[in-house]
Amino acid sequence: MWCMAERATHRDRLRALEFEAFVAGAGGRLLHTATLLTGEPPQPPGACVRAEALLRAALARTYADWDRLHGGDPYDRARRELALRFAREARRHQRPRGGLLDRLTPIERLVLVLRIYEEVGEEQTAALLGLPADRVRAVCARAVATLLAGPDRPLRQVPR
Amino acid sequence: MLDGPHPALPPDLAAGAVRRGGRRMRLRRAAHRTAGWLLAVALAALLVWVGIEQPWATEPAQVTPPLEGW
Repeated sequence: MWCMAERATHRDRLRALEFEAFVAGAGGRLLHTATLLTGEPPQPPGACVRAEALLRAALARTYADWDRLHGGDPYDRARRELALRFAREARRHQRPRGGLLDRLTPIERLVLVLRIYEEVGEEQTAALLGLPADRVRAVCARAVATLLAGPDRPLRQVPR
Repeated sequence: MLDGPHPALPPDLAAGAVRRGGRRMRLRRAAHRTAGWLLAVALAALLVWVGIEQPWATEPAQVTPPLEGW
């Protein structure tokens, strides 16, 4: 019994070390993705509270599922967790917060970030979000058009 | 254009995720273990009941009149 407990704590420590190495490597990019999603500015420290909360939740879930990864890519898992969590609480991220993409709707931001910044394929994005592929294409095109239309036009009514 | 300056990582990010995720993992394991025990106990109880009661064995019929005088 004692030996089993010892082995379990050893495994826990090993897993935590692996996970910390993963976060040290991929955390910056994931946090940047999260700030793009929430529409917060990345720069002054403490400006992206929501993105940080989103990332914390996604990483906790990634850690909890670490033993079920079975050789899969932890970055994929964390990004998937991040995207699904954001999609679930998208209504809370409607208000513009001064970030790069804050003129887009949350779902436009999500599709744009997945397709263009993260370079996830159209089919994969569609499967992840549970949307038809041509809808993903349409939303992405609309998001790009909105961005290219320039920052000076008020393109979207701001929900209060 | 999307690849702007990356925000600074909060220092306790990984540790917090390990704490939260570890709690979730332990809870999930405990739930699995409990479910397994419950299943095993239910199976054992069923086997004991079947062994004692033997529900497949039919009672000898008691409504047939005794066969006599032929």
